[in-house]
Amino acid sequence: MDYFIQQLINGITLGGIYALIALGYTMVYGVIQLINFAHGEFFAAGGYVGVILLSYFAGRGLMETHPWICLGMSFMLTMGYCAFLAMGVEKVAYLPLRNQSRLAALLSALGVSIFLSNALMLTQGVFDKPYPGELFNGGWEFGLVTISYLQVMIVTMTIVLLVSLNILVFKTKMGMAMRATAQDKTMSALVAIGSNRIISLTFAIGAGLAAAAGIMVGLYYGSVRYDMGFVPGIKAFSAAVLGGIGNITGAMLGGLIIGMVEIFGAGYISGQYKDVFAFIILIAVLYFKPTGIMGVNVDDTRV
Amino acid sequence: MTDPILELKDVHSGYGSIKALKGISLRVYPGEVVAIIGANGAGKSTTLMTICGIVKAERGQVIYKGQVINTLLPEKLPTLGLCQVPEGRRIFPRLTVMENLRLGAFYRKDTDEILKDIQKAYEMFPILGERKNQEGGTLSGGEQQMLAIARALMTKPKVLLLDEPSLGLAPIIVQQIFNIIDRINKEDGTTILLVEQNANLALQAATRGYVVETGQITLEDDSTSLLANPKIRAAYLGE
Repeated sequence: MDYFIQQLINGITLGGIYALIALGYTMVYGVIQLINFAHGEFFAAGGYVGVILLSYFAGRGLMETHPWICLGMSFMLTMGYCAFLAMGVEKVAYLPLRNQSRLAALLSALGVSIFLSNALMLTQGVFDKPYPGELFNGGWEFGLVTISYLQVMIVTMTIVLLVSLNILVFKTKMGMAMRATAQDKTMSALVAIGSNRIISLTFAIGAGLAAAAGIMVGLYYGSVRYDMGFVPGIKAFSAAVLGGIGNITGAMLGGLIIGMVEIFGAGYISGQYKDVFAFIILIAVLYFKPTGIMGVNVDDTRV
Repeated sequence: MTDPILELKDVHSGYGSIKALKGISLRVYPGEVVAIIGANGAGKSTTLMTICGIVKAERGQVIYKGQVINTLLPEKLPTLGLCQVPEGRRIFPRLTVMENLRLGAFYRKDTDEILKDIQKAYEMFPILGERKNQEGGTLSGGEQQMLAIARALMTKPKVLLLDEPSLGLAPIIVQQIFNIIDRINKEDGTTILLVEQNANLALQAATRGYVVETGQITLEDDSTSLLANPKIRAAYLGE
């Protein structure tokens, strides 16, 4: 039983991280029907900017004196950086192809992914980069179950981000415009909503969330690598498909399920197959219910 | 004579290699109700879409209040007072009635006025008030048409373009819609350019009319003259 609860806690932590990444896939798909294969790279970039900032703060001894301020600053700057990166990528690689076939933008996305991943490798090196280690050591112990402070921080942060996103999308005027753009771009223009601005915003938000996930993963596993975006990227994509691509609630749910399945699969079946479980789900969903849990219709996209 | 509020000068446009408009010229004066009639595929809707910049004019000019607007982005035009209720109404299906109305006022910053205008819309169309929290896609055709008009009014248009407002609606609803159109014109002084396949209805509502055939204006006259014109009666009024 203790083991089960421990796995449950680990699963929630990881699932929340996948949910954050999955949202970027699903929101971009909802608005322009593009699977942004470069999305995982924003996550990786986030992990790197995070480690650079935190190491800088740690080097000046600021982490000891003001840990929360340093952490908050790191998250904000990293999310901002990745948001701008994504907006730039959208302008350069996707906007010119907006009226071409969807395949053109998809290939462009693959190209961007390779480009960004290599740029990271060339500038940051091929080796793992460790996160400052002394952060959030310790935790609460309940018998054999341990909840680390880090897990609490990650889960809290994830919840805050997910709730904020929900408020933004479902309660604000911008969110309304975003949903309208996803449903009918021509009509949106007729009521003065510039779709390019909304699309840009969607990329920025998605990348910001992925960047936050990047720092969380860096903190959680202790290090980052230039190619760290690929596997979590595909797992988060699986999560988005599982939830119903284009559906925000679906992506959150899908991320949680994929995280749980991975942790429980690794815990009860085999740790060596941990990466396989997400893909088994992806294949099963595509085979049995391609529209996913919350998806209604393949053409019926929503943000 | 006053200057036209909206003018098209030899406008050509189309979809790729298909030329839909082959030199449309027309004028709409402030306060008028002008109808564009014509058969299916004559270029009526394309004319409105070209005015709104959704379809780009390849040649010619669209002039609104003395300003050439066919070089502007389409999303700029509603802020200048030019708004369209497109064919098929295009309600945002998964936004509520209230959200649809709210988005009509997307560019406006006057929050208090917007709320007042939403109340006015509910007074004009009480059924929308009853359904304000319902998703747009669940409304009936007539209700959607009302919502589409109400949403367009939220942009505070000086010129309202209406594309086939009668399409697919029961006669009694059509009558209601046209009463409202008349009210918008008379009470708010909004200029209206109306596209209709139902020529009889359109010409009764309008002061002047243009006849479009295969992307060109073939006739322009007062509504009464057009209604009396034997050719028009034969071609568009089914006599």
